[in-house]
Amino acid sequence: MAEKKRRSGPWLDVWKRLKKNKLAIVGMVILGLVILISVFAPFIAPYGYMEQDYAATLQFPGREHLFGTDNFGRDIFSRIIYGGRYSLIIGIGCVSIAAVIGSILGIVAAFYSKFDNIIMRMIDIVMGIPSFLLAISIAAALGTGLRNLMIAVSITSLPAFTRVVRAQVMTVKEQEFIEAARSIGGNNLRIIFRHILPNALAPIIVQFTLGAVNSILWAASLSFIGLGIQPPSPEWGAMLSAGRTYLRDNWYMSVFPGLAIMITTYSLNLIGDGLRDALDPRLKQ
Amino acid sequence: MEKFIEVSNLKKYFPTNSGTLHAVDGIDFFIEKGKTLGVVGESGCGKSTLGRVLLHLLEPTEGTIYFNGKDITKPGKRELKELRKNMQMIFQDPFSSLNTRMSVEQIIGEPLLIYRLCKDKWEYEKRVLEIMETVGLAERLRRVYPHELDGGRRQRIGIGRALALNPEFIVCDEPVSALDVSIQAQVLNLMMDLQEEYGLTYLFITHDLSVVKHISDDIMVMYLGMGVEKAGTKELFENQLHPYTKALISAIPQINIGQRKQRVVLKGEITSPINPKPACRFAPRCTYAKERCFKEVPELEEVLPGHYVSCFFTKEINNLS
Repeated sequence: MAEKKRRSGPWLDVWKRLKKNKLAIVGMVILGLVILISVFAPFIAPYGYMEQDYAATLQFPGREHLFGTDNFGRDIFSRIIYGGRYSLIIGIGCVSIAAVIGSILGIVAAFYSKFDNIIMRMIDIVMGIPSFLLAISIAAALGTGLRNLMIAVSITSLPAFTRVVRAQVMTVKEQEFIEAARSIGGNNLRIIFRHILPNALAPIIVQFTLGAVNSILWAASLSFIGLGIQPPSPEWGAMLSAGRTYLRDNWYMSVFPGLAIMITTYSLNLIGDGLRDALDPRLKQ
Repeated sequence: MEKFIEVSNLKKYFPTNSGTLHAVDGIDFFIEKGKTLGVVGESGCGKSTLGRVLLHLLEPTEGTIYFNGKDITKPGKRELKELRKNMQMIFQDPFSSLNTRMSVEQIIGEPLLIYRLCKDKWEYEKRVLEIMETVGLAERLRRVYPHELDGGRRQRIGIGRALALNPEFIVCDEPVSALDVSIQAQVLNLMMDLQEEYGLTYLFITHDLSVVKHISDDIMVMYLGMGVEKAGTKELFENQLHPYTKALISAIPQINIGQRKQRVVLKGEITSPINPKPACRFAPRCTYAKERCFKEVPELEEVLPGHYVSCFFTKEINNLS
């Protein structure tokens, strides 16, 4: 919205405030790098992620293998670079699915009060189950693999969106400009998309970035316990899990994928926190 | 005398947990074309609800509304959309009544887009600029967002939005109460100029008696969802017949030095609008109240020509024959 014509308006103010937040900028730079590295993985990685070298198994990090090699002689550095693709697809993909479906449910619940009870009680049921247990059950029921993992993670992070969106829409829809939109003949669709959503977007964006963190962590955890992406795919959580039997002597097998997860989620957290501050006009200085 | 808007026995009840809230409880009035009816009353007396019911932002519980001789009490979906072209509203709060994510041009132009009134972009822009000029907004403000403007300019945007469809009737819900006094006068004068130019009919809701005196042709005084007195502006300010109106008018501060004015001070609280008893709503606070006032509901009667009062004892209180 900020790109339209003369660059002005509330979104530009948000960007200006976000730019002042150094930590958020650091987060964006890190995330940008992670995205770039993942996209151009074949050009950056020195080895293929499946390339096994039995002459060089369990190598300590060194010049030849930056992060060392695992028990099959695969280069951990290359595998981590390729693994970024999974984490990003899962992180952004799942949270997008959850955000779209969750927002629709939240809007319907808040706007059409007769559906409110049905939708929110269903969400309550989902929220009543510990989220990790829920993810495990869904993943176990559907079977392993990227698609099923994404379904499990999406369903798990969906209720948070519905709640946030519902609460936000409810506060916005009571404001006078919604009544004004109705009095100039606007129908429900116009009111939802032109008037309510742009004004309800701030917390949804924050929830989006923080939800991406959770998705990455859940996906890694599910892969760690063997319900997610299967070896030999270089998923960070699965790599972490594969390294745990060698943890005593070959710590680098688990530490580097763990660091990769940490850095990526931390950068997203920084962006999320920065966005939350930037989008809240009460913190305006 | 053409009755442009005619309302009879209009009621709006809200169900609440503790009973039915009678926000508007049997209002009758009419407005002639090109005139302004001021509606005054203390907060919570149902003024705003009345305006919203007229525009079908709330559905009436009972009663009839005639607009230009046509019954519009229960319009169909298409009829309502057509109707809204002719009836618009100016809102109280120029801050919350404008979408902060839309520029001035987008806010004023939105009704034009909804009703597809412009053939192309060129005509749309021309029309938006025309409206902006009418309400006194400079052309350079078209891409500006409401939060960058002051209250007076914001209220002009609200007026521009209401005017965009060329309505004949506008409900003004305390349009100046959120503005400071110097801006109030500007906005009021703008509204009066527009009325003259386009022959607009206003229902002007306010609790500010000096504002209502300035702009209205007729005034209706409301108390707890009912009209207690209706008369021409001059008549009402000089010759109040209902005890509540007397108290209301006497509360206006005077600047006559040395001359103390007799003030009618009301005692007690406003009675609850939830499940009211069938009695005169004002009776518990009225100095003249007799037994009958607590048992029956008085009707609005024409006591003097064009002067309506709802009180059983109008004649006794005012020594009228």
